[in-house]
Amino acid sequence: MIDIEKFTEVIAKFLAMSGKILPDDITAKLEALSAAETIPLAKSVYESMLKNQKMAAELNRPSCQDTGVINFFVTAGEHYPDLGKIAPALKEAVRRATVQAPLRHNTVAIFDEKNDGTNVGERAPFIHWDIMPDSDTLRVETYMAGGGCSLPGRAITLMPSAGYEGIVKYVLDTMVDWGINACPPLLVGIGIAGSVENASLLSKKAILRPLGSRNPNPKGAEMELLLEKGLNDIGLGPQGVSGTASVMGVHIESAARHPSTISVGINVGCWAHRRGCIVLDKDMNYEILSHKGARL
Amino acid sequence: MKKTLKTPIPDADLADIKIGDVIYLDGIIVTCRDVAHRRLIELGRELPVDLNGLAIFHAGPIVKKNPDGTYQMVSIGPTTSMRMERFEKEFVRQTGVKLLVGKGGMAEETEEACKTYKALHCVFPGGCAVLAATEVEEIERVEWLDLGMPESLWVNRVKGFGPLIVSIDAEGNNLFKKNKVIFNKRKDEVYASISEKVKFIK
Repeated sequence: MIDIEKFTEVIAKFLAMSGKILPDDITAKLEALSAAETIPLAKSVYESMLKNQKMAAELNRPSCQDTGVINFFVTAGEHYPDLGKIAPALKEAVRRATVQAPLRHNTVAIFDEKNDGTNVGERAPFIHWDIMPDSDTLRVETYMAGGGCSLPGRAITLMPSAGYEGIVKYVLDTMVDWGINACPPLLVGIGIAGSVENASLLSKKAILRPLGSRNPNPKGAEMELLLEKGLNDIGLGPQGVSGTASVMGVHIESAARHPSTISVGINVGCWAHRRGCIVLDKDMNYEILSHKGARL
Repeated sequence: MKKTLKTPIPDADLADIKIGDVIYLDGIIVTCRDVAHRRLIELGRELPVDLNGLAIFHAGPIVKKNPDGTYQMVSIGPTTSMRMERFEKEFVRQTGVKLLVGKGGMAEETEEACKTYKALHCVFPGGCAVLAATEVEEIERVEWLDLGMPESLWVNRVKGFGPLIVSIDAEGNNLFKKNKVIFNKRKDEVYASISEKVKFIK
């Protein structure tokens, strides 16, 4: 039996923290981009960002007001006990974090168009499940999907004649048309598969990877680097005011496709990429992988 | 020299401000986003705040209610202004608002509104919500609370509110539109160079 009350409290506190402090890899990247920026207006925007993060930590407040609709990606060890209790506990954790953090009231009920101020509702938080063989731990990844960076999200199924060139065009078009509004520098996630829902899910999983990790296929890794350089050459700059970079990175995840289709999904993370990763054992000892040394 | 506008903003104060300038605001800025725009323009409901000469913020904040019934601004950053494009020209005409603050660019209708009725669109750096919240001296009142925390009209008194990057000036010049021409040109070059290297289907 696991201590489900303790689990709920740990996740509630972890969520609150992840809305105030960015993951280590994102912070390091923003500092590097700021240092490398040469255009004065762009540099001043980076300075506002870094100042904001410092103030958010000091004042213990959500660094961006849009704390998103919460998504969980849970990877359950094959031997982890009481898995049936996890989903309700995650929902309760969101309810608590909404008051404790506090989080903005973001869940709007479909059709009834009501926001009851709890951040929980129909399929909210959204929970994705994976199973890890031979493991007795529970890995919980959290993501605050803000409105601005969810807005460019899209997917399309191309014909094979369009080729991977078609993917490149779709990504570049989406970034220039919609990336500006999504708070660049962005982390661009791309999913490639045989149907749109597979590609879309993979594109979100792509932005949960540690920044700069590479697709295991050398061609995939090469395509990530080509797109990173290409998007940076376009020079959207922070907030789209034009600058020396556009992105923090480009990650691609893939699944074998159907011979007749190439589906592409795109999801972007804003510069305030509020992703968290925590691994718990059955006694509720935990390790936070995204924010080393963070205390809850 | 730091340029600061004070509400109520006279048209004359906007005359020498150009796109790409960074300005600040003292006075009243009211949050106003999707549903508030729809209520005024599409449903014809009167706004409960007189915006003449004031500023609006395309934003949905996190606000804390104090035990004495007053409110504290916790976190407030801009939302995507483009969502309001459909309503903005008519909104500026009807309200006499002088400063539109949000993030990302806006398009032709807002350019025309800024030029015809003398107003500016500015960008507050997105995601910098604690920075903005600490520039709010006081929440004077709130209206249309039935819309929920993000969509309500929060009437804020601010001091040194910024940086505000001017994206559309009172002549109708548009910073993001100009940038986009350059971005699209570079995009074509980038596409040409990458597409040659990803011909994986052979």
